[in-house]
Amino acid sequence: MADLETFRSETRAWLEQNCPPEMRKPMSSDGDTFWGGRNTKFSSEAQRVWFERMRDKGWTVPHWPKEYGGGGLDGEEAKIVRQEMAAIGARQPLTSFGISMLGPALLKYGTEEQKKEHLPKITAGLIRWCQGYSEPNAGSDLASLQTRAVGDGDDYIINGQKIWTSYANYADWIFCLVRTDPAAKKHDGISFILFDMTSKGVTTKPILLISGYSPFCETFFDNVRVPKSHVVGTVNRGWDVAKYLLQHERAMISGMGERGVGRPLGQIAADSIGADAQGKLDDAQLRSQIASFEVDEAALAAAAERAVDLAKAGQSHPAFSSAMKYYGTELNKRRYEILMSAGGIDALEWESERSKSGARPRAWLRTKANSIEGGTSEVMLGIVAKRILDLPGA
Amino acid sequence: MALVLTEEQSMLRDSARGLISDKAPVAHLRGLRDAKDADGFSRELWKTFAEMGFAGLLVPEQFGGSGLGCVEAGIVMEEIGRTLMPSPFFATSVLAASALSRGGSEAQKKQHLPKIADGSLLVALAIDEGAKHRPLQTKLVATRSGNGFKLSGEKAFVVDGHTADLLIVAARSAGSAGEKDGITLFLVDPKAKGLAVERTAMVDSHNAARIVFDNVEVNADSVLGEVDQGFGLLEGVLNIGRGTVASEMVGLSEEVFGRTVTYLKERKQFGKAIGEFQALQHRAAQLYIDIEITRAAVLKALQALDADVGKAGTAVAVAKARAGTTATLAVQEGVQMHGGMGMTDQFDIGFFMKRARVCQELLGDSNYHADQLARGKGY
Repeated sequence: MADLETFRSETRAWLEQNCPPEMRKPMSSDGDTFWGGRNTKFSSEAQRVWFERMRDKGWTVPHWPKEYGGGGLDGEEAKIVRQEMAAIGARQPLTSFGISMLGPALLKYGTEEQKKEHLPKITAGLIRWCQGYSEPNAGSDLASLQTRAVGDGDDYIINGQKIWTSYANYADWIFCLVRTDPAAKKHDGISFILFDMTSKGVTTKPILLISGYSPFCETFFDNVRVPKSHVVGTVNRGWDVAKYLLQHERAMISGMGERGVGRPLGQIAADSIGADAQGKLDDAQLRSQIASFEVDEAALAAAAERAVDLAKAGQSHPAFSSAMKYYGTELNKRRYEILMSAGGIDALEWESERSKSGARPRAWLRTKANSIEGGTSEVMLGIVAKRILDLPGA
Repeated sequence: MALVLTEEQSMLRDSARGLISDKAPVAHLRGLRDAKDADGFSRELWKTFAEMGFAGLLVPEQFGGSGLGCVEAGIVMEEIGRTLMPSPFFATSVLAASALSRGGSEAQKKQHLPKIADGSLLVALAIDEGAKHRPLQTKLVATRSGNGFKLSGEKAFVVDGHTADLLIVAARSAGSAGEKDGITLFLVDPKAKGLAVERTAMVDSHNAARIVFDNVEVNADSVLGEVDQGFGLLEGVLNIGRGTVASEMVGLSEEVFGRTVTYLKERKQFGKAIGEFQALQHRAAQLYIDIEITRAAVLKALQALDADVGKAGTAVAVAKARAGTTATLAVQEGVQMHGGMGMTDQFDIGFFMKRARVCQELLGDSNYHADQLARGKGY
């Protein structure tokens, strides 16, 4: 315990000294997120300094092994780094699907060569990844995917289409589910494969959403040649890797509900609606909605903390991330319904500079996808019913 | 601190669960209700509770207790919630033990705490006056009289009020309803002149009483804590009570849920287990998730209480508010999914519904605590 306290005070001092003041302010737009990659640009000098210091410290991913560019910290230490960063409001120096999704899958299923090749480029922010899972006819029923990989010597030739590929137009590499055995049962003929997005035959096309421009793309593969050595895990057992990765993705998405937007909701509402003589929000119904929301938000934060501690204690259920994903996304939708109600007509402006091009209504509309992407709420409930509650026929 | 039970805490849970499920399953409460038992709980079982160290769980070791904390008290309350065991544990071992050990003089502690720990003294805390829990609105008046005070007014929903050997009474010695200053806590003998106790049979077959005070005389030594400045002490004690009642509601919710899931797997209609129907699967999954999240919030609050009672207010408000809505959902889904059987007195599930309603009101319902949270955040 004494060691951990020393580690905490050292961490605090280091962050205090190294995190630029600009990087302690809440992010105001997507541009404040640093994603890394071949074509990346820093949006500010402070962002560059902060990223490079954290990278050199190994703290872009504190809990990965040092040999792969991580910080080599154990669970307790990594938690302390998170807590101390949160305490000063420090931004994530690097956000990437390589960290939150591919990395955990590679650590579990990758060969040593694959780990050495890919993980250090993730921690150093050199390669940006995207996820090729959904297809036009494989959404909730993901395992029915049809993108084909046909063997040709040491390579596969890949043909097909993916959809909802986030940031495919900016990504350098893709981790992708492809069908390698069309004769097998649908879960048994899938492989998990990695390839470069600049490969010949890969094209992407952004999708316009109800919220406007979005990171989502359609991605097309036309005779894309990929070495067979790029398969992660066993050929035709890619579903295991896919499911494992989804647990991490769901854990990440469930965190959205607890992501603070800076000021408490009640005060944001009071700014636009006003308060009565006793200082209570001048909309009793909205006030009680906000209070209930904040009760649930605080409870979810406790549950997220407990989930990490249970995992450390070896007491967690592998499907529990589905439970958190369900609750976190539904809660985030509630948050934005409240924000829209709090903003009233001001929150309806779509193009003005005053509204930052309709930032709030666009964010509100975007949250509607939270309970669809990464597995719909209904799929999550089905997983809980089947795998945790053991209900029949689920 | 990790949001999981330690090994010692898990052992405590196992021993509490063993004792309670063995000696006081729901049939125990049913039997006391059907017999219209005069006490409404088993004194013999309370003796066993004391022998196992549960009665003095929160009593400091130098006064004969175990000196454990709110997490441990919550563990016992959770097991009580699973079988709805009626017991002096909450009023005596949680509320009174906390009030006396936190606010009592040395003499008061020496006099009462060892007897709480050995199970020989039963105590009740008298707070509520109106239909809803509003401790700041305390109106029962304490007027100075000679060396002491005279108490006049009424208390309701006094848990274990009719079996208590000692009452702790919140009274207004100064100021007016709504103000923090001017509240004083008194230790009162229930046999005192001018005091009338009426046992009130409640929907959940647990114990409560209405108490009328008509110029009840108490001396200056009866003051618990400081005159006019009792609210801080009271609020701390109430928060400990709220955290542990929330824990009882988690146990209650989980038990109802467990019974309901079992029923979904057994009950057949249309030629298959009703648990195969997606409409019920999704509702069961939602309830499971609700309970798990509430469990985390409650443990968080209990740990916060053990760290610093004075700073645990927000976490406790979250826990009690959540536990209330979760338990309400759990018992409603429980009865609904049991269908007609859930409506029969023969089935236990209704007992849980009744107790959940009482726990919801006990020390402030979900609305009260959500409102407290909003006030705390300044909106």
